[in-house]
Amino acid sequence: MEKVLLLGDEAIAQAALDAGLSGMYAYPGTPSTEIMEYIQSSEENSYPGIHKEWSSNEKTAIESALGMSYAGKRAMVAMKHVGLNVAADGFINSAITGVNGGLIIVSADDPSMHSSQNEQDSRFYGKFALVPCFEPSNQQEAYDMVFDAFELSEKYKLPVLFRITTRMAHSRATINLRPSLPQKKLFLPADPLQFVLLPAIARKRYKTLLSSYESLRYDPLISKYNIFTGGNKHDLGIIACGIANNYFLESAGESAGEFPLLKISAYPFPKEIIKEITGRCNEVLILEEGAPVVEEALRGILDEGIKIRGRLDGTVPRDGELNPAIVAKAMGFPLSFGQEVPSLVKMRPPSFCEGCGHADMFSALTEAIKPFGQGHVFSDIGCYTLGALPPYSAINSCVDMGASVTMAIGASDAGLFPSVAVIGDSTFTHSGMTGLLDAVVKNSPVTIIISDNSTTGMTGGQKSNATGRLEQICSGIGVQSEHIRVITPLRKNYTENVRIMKEEFDYKGVSVIIASRECIQTAIRRKRSENSIE
Amino acid sequence: MKNDIILSGVGGQGILSIAATIGLAAVSNDLFIKQSEVHGMSQRGGDVQSHLRLSDKPVSSDLIPFGKADLIISVEPMESLRYLPWLSDNGWLVTNSNPFINIPDYPPLDEILEEIKKIRNHIIIDADGIAKEAGSPRSGNIVILGAASPFIEMPFESLEKALKKLFGKKGNHVVEDNLNALHAGRECSAGIRI
Repeated sequence: MEKVLLLGDEAIAQAALDAGLSGMYAYPGTPSTEIMEYIQSSEENSYPGIHKEWSSNEKTAIESALGMSYAGKRAMVAMKHVGLNVAADGFINSAITGVNGGLIIVSADDPSMHSSQNEQDSRFYGKFALVPCFEPSNQQEAYDMVFDAFELSEKYKLPVLFRITTRMAHSRATINLRPSLPQKKLFLPADPLQFVLLPAIARKRYKTLLSSYESLRYDPLISKYNIFTGGNKHDLGIIACGIANNYFLESAGESAGEFPLLKISAYPFPKEIIKEITGRCNEVLILEEGAPVVEEALRGILDEGIKIRGRLDGTVPRDGELNPAIVAKAMGFPLSFGQEVPSLVKMRPPSFCEGCGHADMFSALTEAIKPFGQGHVFSDIGCYTLGALPPYSAINSCVDMGASVTMAIGASDAGLFPSVAVIGDSTFTHSGMTGLLDAVVKNSPVTIIISDNSTTGMTGGQKSNATGRLEQICSGIGVQSEHIRVITPLRKNYTENVRIMKEEFDYKGVSVIIASRECIQTAIRRKRSENSIE
Repeated sequence: MKNDIILSGVGGQGILSIAATIGLAAVSNDLFIKQSEVHGMSQRGGDVQSHLRLSDKPVSSDLIPFGKADLIISVEPMESLRYLPWLSDNGWLVTNSNPFINIPDYPPLDEILEEIKKIRNHIIIDADGIAKEAGSPRSGNIVILGAASPFIEMPFESLEKALKKLFGKKGNHVVEDNLNALHAGRECSAGIRI
């Protein structure tokens, strides 16, 4: 068997390739981005004909994948946890339609918010949609699980949620590879009405879904990942979900085998496996990365005198990701520590790259908006969110993909003038276009600055579906052509850019300023690769 | 055998190339490895670190516990100090002396170096100067790896082989530059008793 060193994300991607994947659909988002990137770098000779283009957003991604599944082939969708909010409509309803070819939805959670605006736990979505959810504890298990997830998906005709977290996604380990399986042939669903969710059909399908969910609890493809190992200790048993199991093993060291341990890596699980451990221990400590999903379930079911410890009683902090120290402390083990960080060490927050076009755009913007005072600029998700930090301190919001445009509209409805949105090119085609249509329809007095660096920058420079299309899109949506202004954010154009911004701020209708200059990082990479070809 | 290593620096300084080199070498030595890295927002000029764990037994946690790191390899002096809570009592700290100043309140360099010198086992080198001298001005990160290599329990040759494999696609001169940098760094810590 071949052994390779892969990130968790890459292990999942490699497994999908080896399991006969025909279509990969994704929008970039930390910590999920490397799944699609790995698929895109796969050799055409070894894995021919796979669809691997970026989608405009997570909703279009999941729906396209559902179409691939409808046509009988195996598909995977990958996104960061908040992407699943965008895809939620398609996701929840795909549980009702069910699937034809196997469908896996990878949602990469980011507890402690390393690169995100919240730390929501995707396992809630699994229960919400009533679909099986896998949560691998290490990279090899992630690789192997993908094969089982496709099999389970096709066995129950259900989409499968695959939940990972930052440390799983972005940590490398050696993986033993399996021989690869052929792709499925095109075949249509046996029932031509399976995907037609008219109420009469949906009601029937929902009943089927409810009963499938109960069967899943006992299915061997689920139960093989929920393993009880009985140690002799009676005072404390451990329930460890996903990668929390690693921190337990690390902290307990040689004594790990003494503890009754239930490792949970697949949902839903049956009541019986919980009773196995609660039946023999006085106390149970629940370790889970993210929200207290299992802990709440246990506290809800059991009130039988056994003590439950976890995130809800303060044994483990209620928020933030786990680490070996938190788990060791929860176990009552002695803590090791090196030395304190010397007080002279300063914070080093992320910042704009030297020569970044966003920075020049913000220089002009802060000058142009100055006469109106603070509080007029709504922004969005991307590198340009760093405009919130000094020296610019230029933006007043960052909520979700596209919210700059729509919040600017709402604030202008309330009488704020001028009301300005700053949004990136990729974020604009992800979720800004529909908001712009709202603005055009009611002629809102807003100025939308599209800071166009012709890439999806924050996640490392993936292709932006907006590149070369922004003027046409804005014009097509109905923005008047004289109020679609294209500027080049360079220091030498500062005075002119300030003037153009002021003109459009004064205009009492919808205007769009496209501040267009290639991302400095992608420009450097492009030049390097051009040079190496020469 | 167990080597727990923290790699530190500023986004864009090349700590992931160091990690990838050690990682490849570890695989060729049939060691178990886990290597956790930072992607996303922090890569834009923020502080970045990677936890690299090598062992002849399976590794559980992707993160190194506090006080257990055998080695801190840092391509930036102030960043080397940020991870002292992880360094074990007998651990080594190998760092570049050249600051990367992209914040307004960066402390005086001599004060930083004083703090580093308080660590029992430390090596401070001018990695960028050494890289330039070796004719590989862009390989300061690999000079640091060379200087840290005596504290990594793997044959030195396996690091050389890993560099060849990692940079092979970029052409012979890139491989040579990096090998020169690795050797120049290694010489800096020659004669140090482990």
